[in-house]
Amino acid sequence: MLAVLEYQWTWYRRNWRSTSVTTFVNPLLFLLAMGMGFGSQVAAGPATGGERYVVFLAPALVVTTAVQTAMFESSFAVFSQFKWQRTFHGMVSTPVTPAQVLYGQLLWVALKLTFGCTAFLLVAAVLGALRSPWAVVALPVGVLTGMAFSSLVVAYTATVEKPDSFNGLYRFLVIPMTLFTGAFFPLSQLPGWLHPLAWVTPVWHGIELARGAAYGTLHPLPALGHLAYLFALVAVGVLLGRRFFDRRLAV
Amino acid sequence: MTRTLDREAPESRGLLLRIVPPGLYAGRPHVIVERAHLVYRRAWTAFVAGFFEPLFFLLSLGFGFGQLVSEVNGLPYPAFVAPGLLAASAMNGAIFDTTYNLFLKVKYSKVYEAMLNTPMGPIDIAVGEATWALLRGGLYSAGFLVVMFGFGLVTSAWALLALPVCLLIALAFAAVGMAGATFMRSWQDFDLVQLVVLPLFLFSTTFYPLSVYPSWLQAVVQWTPLYHSIELLRALTTGSVGWGALAHVVYLVVMAAAGVLVASRRLGKLLVS
Repeated sequence: MLAVLEYQWTWYRRNWRSTSVTTFVNPLLFLLAMGMGFGSQVAAGPATGGERYVVFLAPALVVTTAVQTAMFESSFAVFSQFKWQRTFHGMVSTPVTPAQVLYGQLLWVALKLTFGCTAFLLVAAVLGALRSPWAVVALPVGVLTGMAFSSLVVAYTATVEKPDSFNGLYRFLVIPMTLFTGAFFPLSQLPGWLHPLAWVTPVWHGIELARGAAYGTLHPLPALGHLAYLFALVAVGVLLGRRFFDRRLAV
Repeated sequence: MTRTLDREAPESRGLLLRIVPPGLYAGRPHVIVERAHLVYRRAWTAFVAGFFEPLFFLLSLGFGFGQLVSEVNGLPYPAFVAPGLLAASAMNGAIFDTTYNLFLKVKYSKVYEAMLNTPMGPIDIAVGEATWALLRGGLYSAGFLVVMFGFGLVTSAWALLALPVCLLIALAFAAVGMAGATFMRSWQDFDLVQLVVLPLFLFSTTFYPLSVYPSWLQAVVQWTPLYHSIELLRALTTGSVGWGALAHVVYLVVMAAAGVLVASRRLGKLLVS
């Protein structure tokens, strides 16, 4: 398992430049444009919890960024190792088992999410978008939310034969999850029948946790509920992933 | 008795045919369009999906964000943001369609090399690809405009001109995108495309007015192509059209011309060697 992680790290050390833009620069640009630019048009009020818009946005943006990163790292990056580079097939021809390949890959995604979320929080702190030290909770929450999504997508990727299906996934799952689950505006502004759809997504739970922690409005019971849901998604993803990795890689 | 079939003789009509050197142009760009149509007939879901992306943005930004902001420049927020999204989606569609597809075809699937073994030349390819990108972009834009109209975000008859303007925007970005794609070395370079397109998308007054910026930054933004596209479309859909609109049109026409020029030269060099 750690050998698999080490492989990813070795590859990344040689190729980090190509992904650094999407991991670090894009979230920064989003924070600037949406938080500062658009935020300048928003009057602090009940909808933003009485804070400036950028303070409202920052904790949620950590979560949505983590999910976007997780999407790429679990779809194209994994698919390519199955199909194009066939590194996974190489790995299982050694004593490494398919399940260990999966765990190694998930650990790698978690590591990258940790980098990404940390970088984002540093930038947000410099821009004055963090008001309370509790905003740091967004780091583990972002990683957990990203992993809840990632484990499911990795499992799905193991069943995919053509990369075309990822475009649909991105457009019809990731984009709506980013736009309609309370990151940019409170969920209460959407019609009621849409709310249950948001509740199903990991992003909504992550945002509730991160923003609640930053604002100090998080109550222990709902917090446990959100955490339990996210961990349950990770568990389901890992179980499915084990099964599909076995099916695809077992000799 | 046998008789040879009448073949279509290559006719030497059209201005392009006369001014470009022989071998670069055979007057058959429509074949590329036909090919793209055949390819997409099997992948129509990808085609349809492209329409939903700006729609999601409009719903979220216009109606979700919109409740946080009352008015921008005297417009209700959905009416302010919709033309911005329309221009941005014309840009995104054009850039990604040209850069990714062109690069894939030149570098990997070698489709164009096969085409060049026929009478077709690089200019046929450049013009054909651009036409297809425009047709596709035009369909998306038309769909988006219909949605805008349905939500009551179009308040002026000038909006009838919005569709041709969208095509011009798409052409300008497609031409520049194509020219850019010919300089790419590997997939890693697409991050550079991202690095250009995303800031344009976010900072060209798509989501908030120019007045947010300090004056030096305003001047910088005013030079970017998406700013001109958005200003033009915003003027048309809200009906505040003045002579200034012509300046935006000129900017886009020059950009398109420069892009086409560089792209066809570079393609010629890359493919006919």
